[in-house]
Amino acid sequence: MELIGFLHYLISFLTFAGIYGILALGLNMQWGFSGQFNIGVAGFFAIGAYTSAILTTPGSPAYLGGFGMPFLVGVAGATLASTILGVLIGLITARLRTDYLAIATIGIAEIIRLLIKNEDWLTNGVRGIAGIDRPMAGWGMGLDTPIAFLVVVLLFVALTYYLVERARVSPWGRVQRAIRENEPASAASGKDIARFRLRAFVAGSAIMGLGGALYAHYFGFLSPEAFRPLYGTFLVWVMLIAGGSGNNRGALLGAVVIWALWSGSELLTSMLPSDMATRAGALRVLIIGVLLQVILVTRPEGILPEKAPRLPGKDRK
Amino acid sequence: MTDVLQLLVYGIVLGSILTLGAIGVSMIFGILRFAHFAHGDFMTVGAYIGLAAVTATGGSIWLALPAGMLGTAVVAVIIDQVLYRRIRRKQPVILLISSFGMALALRSLVQLIWGPDNQNYASGIQLPWRIEGIAVKPDHVTIVVAAIALVVTLHLFLTRTRLGKAMRAMSDNMDLALITGIPAERVIMATWIMAGAMAAAAGVFLGIDTRLHPVMGWTVLLPVFASAIVGGIGRPYGAIAGGMVIGIAMEMSTLFIDPAYKLAVAFAIMVVMLIVRPQGIFKGTV
Amino acid sequence: MSLLDARGVYGGYGGADILNGTSIQLDRDEIVVIVGPNGAGKSTMMKAIFGLVRIRKGQVHFNGGDITNGKPQDMVGRGIAYVPQERNVFPSMTVKENLEMGAYLLKDDIRPRLDKVYDVFPKLRERRNQPAGLMSGGERQMVAMGRALMIDPVLLMLDEPTAGLSPLLIDDTFARIREIAALGIGVLMVEQNAKQALGIASRGYVLATGENRYEDTGPNLLANREVAEMFLGG
Repeated sequence: MELIGFLHYLISFLTFAGIYGILALGLNMQWGFSGQFNIGVAGFFAIGAYTSAILTTPGSPAYLGGFGMPFLVGVAGATLASTILGVLIGLITARLRTDYLAIATIGIAEIIRLLIKNEDWLTNGVRGIAGIDRPMAGWGMGLDTPIAFLVVVLLFVALTYYLVERARVSPWGRVQRAIRENEPASAASGKDIARFRLRAFVAGSAIMGLGGALYAHYFGFLSPEAFRPLYGTFLVWVMLIAGGSGNNRGALLGAVVIWALWSGSELLTSMLPSDMATRAGALRVLIIGVLLQVILVTRPEGILPEKAPRLPGKDRK
Repeated sequence: MTDVLQLLVYGIVLGSILTLGAIGVSMIFGILRFAHFAHGDFMTVGAYIGLAAVTATGGSIWLALPAGMLGTAVVAVIIDQVLYRRIRRKQPVILLISSFGMALALRSLVQLIWGPDNQNYASGIQLPWRIEGIAVKPDHVTIVVAAIALVVTLHLFLTRTRLGKAMRAMSDNMDLALITGIPAERVIMATWIMAGAMAAAAGVFLGIDTRLHPVMGWTVLLPVFASAIVGGIGRPYGAIAGGMVIGIAMEMSTLFIDPAYKLAVAFAIMVVMLIVRPQGIFKGTV
Repeated sequence: MSLLDARGVYGGYGGADILNGTSIQLDRDEIVVIVGPNGAGKSTMMKAIFGLVRIRKGQVHFNGGDITNGKPQDMVGRGIAYVPQERNVFPSMTVKENLEMGAYLLKDDIRPRLDKVYDVFPKLRERRNQPAGLMSGGERQMVAMGRALMIDPVLLMLDEPTAGLSPLLIDDTFARIREIAALGIGVLMVEQNAKQALGIASRGYVLATGENRYEDTGPNLLANREVAEMFLGG
C-alpha cells in the first residue's frame, strides 16, 4: 500500500517539477540569455493557464467559456496569449534600464491577478474555473491516468529543452550573450539591441504560457490564489538561480531540486496540527528566501554554471 | 463636487504615505543604483514593529511611529551590512533578485510572528469631522501633518548637514563624490537608516489609515515606485511631487473606474512617464 | 626628490594595458603638462596616478610615500586633488555646496577656505547660490577647479581643463592656472590645446600609445620641430 502511495506522490512530484521546469526554461530565455529581469513570471503563467482553461472547458452561465476546444488548441492559445503579452510589455520596456523592466513586470503581474479576481464574466473571479480536463479524458482504454499526463508533460519538457538549446548554440544565441555581457561594447546599435532583447523576452513569455496551460490541465482547477508572486514568480527564480542561470540543464535541475525542497517541506509541515498550518507555510517561504540569499552570496552561478557553447568546427577541449 | 473633494482628501492622505515610501526608494535608487523591491515590506515591518510596541506597552497608537522607525532603520542597516553589501561588491546586477527574495522573506517572517490575519492598532471606528459635507477623520489630519513634519525634517537634514549634503552629492554624481573623498560606506549606511525610517513611518500611517496585514507593503510597492519615477529618481523633492500625483490620481480615478483597479492607474501613469519623460518631473537620474 | 614620481606604469581598464611603462615626475613649483594624440593614454595616466585606473606594474610615489593603487580618500588626505574632464560638478547642488563637498573630509572651519577660492574665482562668489548644473561650461569649470582647491592641495591634477571652451575662456583659464601655481600648488595637466598649455608649462611630456615619447621644458618642446609636426597640430 505504501508503495502505491509513494508512486502517486512521485508522479505528482515529477509532473509539477516538469511544469516548473518549463517555466524555468522560459525565464532562462529572458534572464539567462539576455539579462532581463522578469519579476512578473506569475502574470505570464496565469495568462497561459486561464486562456487554455477558457478555451477548453465546457460552458457555464457564470463566465465566458464553452468553447470546448481540444487540449492542443488550448495549449496553442495559451502560448499565443502569453506571446502577445510579452510583445506588449517588451515593446514598452526593451529600451529601458533593467530595473524599470523589473518594476513594469511586477506591475503587470499584479494587474493580471486583479483582472482575474475581478472580471468574473471572464474568469469566474475568486471562485475559479473548474473541470479542466486532461487531454486523454474521454479516450477510454484507461488512458486518463496521472502517469499518462506525466508523459505528456515530459514530452513538452523535452520539446522545449530541445528548442531552447538550439537557440542557445545558434548565432542568435551568441549575440544575446554578447549583449548581456557587454552591452556598450557589442557592435550592435541601440535599436538592434532592443530588438534582440525583445525577441528573447517574447520567446520566454511564450514558454511560460505553455507552462501555464499544462498547469491548468494537470490541476484541473484554477483560482487567482495559484498565481500569487510566491508560487508563480519567486519559486521559479530560486529554481533558475539555484540550478544555474544561463544553463538550460541548470534550469531543469534547479526545478527538480527546489521543488523537492518545497514539496518535501510541505510533507513535513502537513504533519503539524492544522492551526499551525499557515505559520508553517510562512516558515517554508522564509527558509527558501534565506536559501536564495545564501546562494546569491556564495555561489550565484548555481549548481550548473553557464558554459559557452562550442563553436562549430573547433575541437573539443 | 463634494465627491471630488472627498476623494481629494483621501488622495492627499494616500499621497502622504506614498511620498514617505518614495523618498526612500528614490534615494536608494539614486545612490545604490538598484530598485529596492523589499521597500514595501520595510513598510510592513515598520507597521508591525509599531504594533508590537503598542501592544507591549499598552500606550497610545502613536507610539508605533518612533518604535517602527527605529526598529526598521536597524533592520535596514543589518540587511545591508550582512547581505546587500556583499552582493554589491561582487555582482551588483543580482541585487534586484536579492531584494525581491528579501521582500518575501520579510513578509513571511512577519506572518510567522504575527499570523496572517488583519490587525489594527486600536479597535473601534473613528468618527469623522464633517466640513461642508466632506468627511475628514482626525487620523487623516494627523497623518498628513506628521508626514509634512517628517519631510521637513528630512529636508533640513539634506540641506543643512554635511552628511545630508554628501547624500545628495552621491546621488547627483557618484564618481565625483568618490573622487572628492566622500566616505561612501558611511553615506550608504545613512541612506539605509533614512530610507528604513521613512518606510516605517509610511507603514505605520498605512496601518492607521487602513489596517495591518502581512502583504500591506507589497500592495503599495508599485504606487511607491511609480511615485519615485514620476518625481524623478534621486530627487527627494520629486518624491513628494510624485507621491501626491499618484496618490490623488489613484483616488480620483475611482470616479471613472472600478476601485479595484487603482493599482492599474498608478502603473499607467508610471509607464507613460517612462516613455515620455523617463527622468521624471524633477529630472532625476534615468 | 620629486613631489610626484610615477615610474614604469603599466595598466588599463581591465583587458589590455593602455599604459606601457609610462613615467611622470613633478616638483613642487612646476606646472607639468601631458600632451599627445588621442588615445595616447594621457587621461588614463592621470587616473592611474589618482587610483581610478588599476596599475598592474610600476609605482607611484608622492612626497616620499607610496600611493600606487591608492584610494581617493587617501589621496585627498595627502593633499592631491583631481578634476575630471567631464561630469565634474554636482549639478543639482549650488556652487557653494559644490565647494563644501570639496572640503568634506576636513574638520576645520570652512569659511576661510571658501574665501580663498572666491578670491581666485570672484565670479563664483557672485553665483554661489546657483545650481551648478545651470551654469555655462566655463563657469562649471571654475566650480570644478574651485572644489578641488578647497583642500589647499599640494598637487592639483586637471584633465583637459579647457576642453570645449571659447578662446577667450581658454586664455582666462590658463591665466588662473598660473595664479594657482603661483600660490605654491603643483599642477599636473592633461591638455589637447597643447601649444597654449606648453606656453605656461615648466615642463611637458609627450605621450603616444601609452609610452613616453618626449620630455623637456615647455619652451624646448614648443621649439622642437618634430614634436610640433607630429603632435601639436594647429
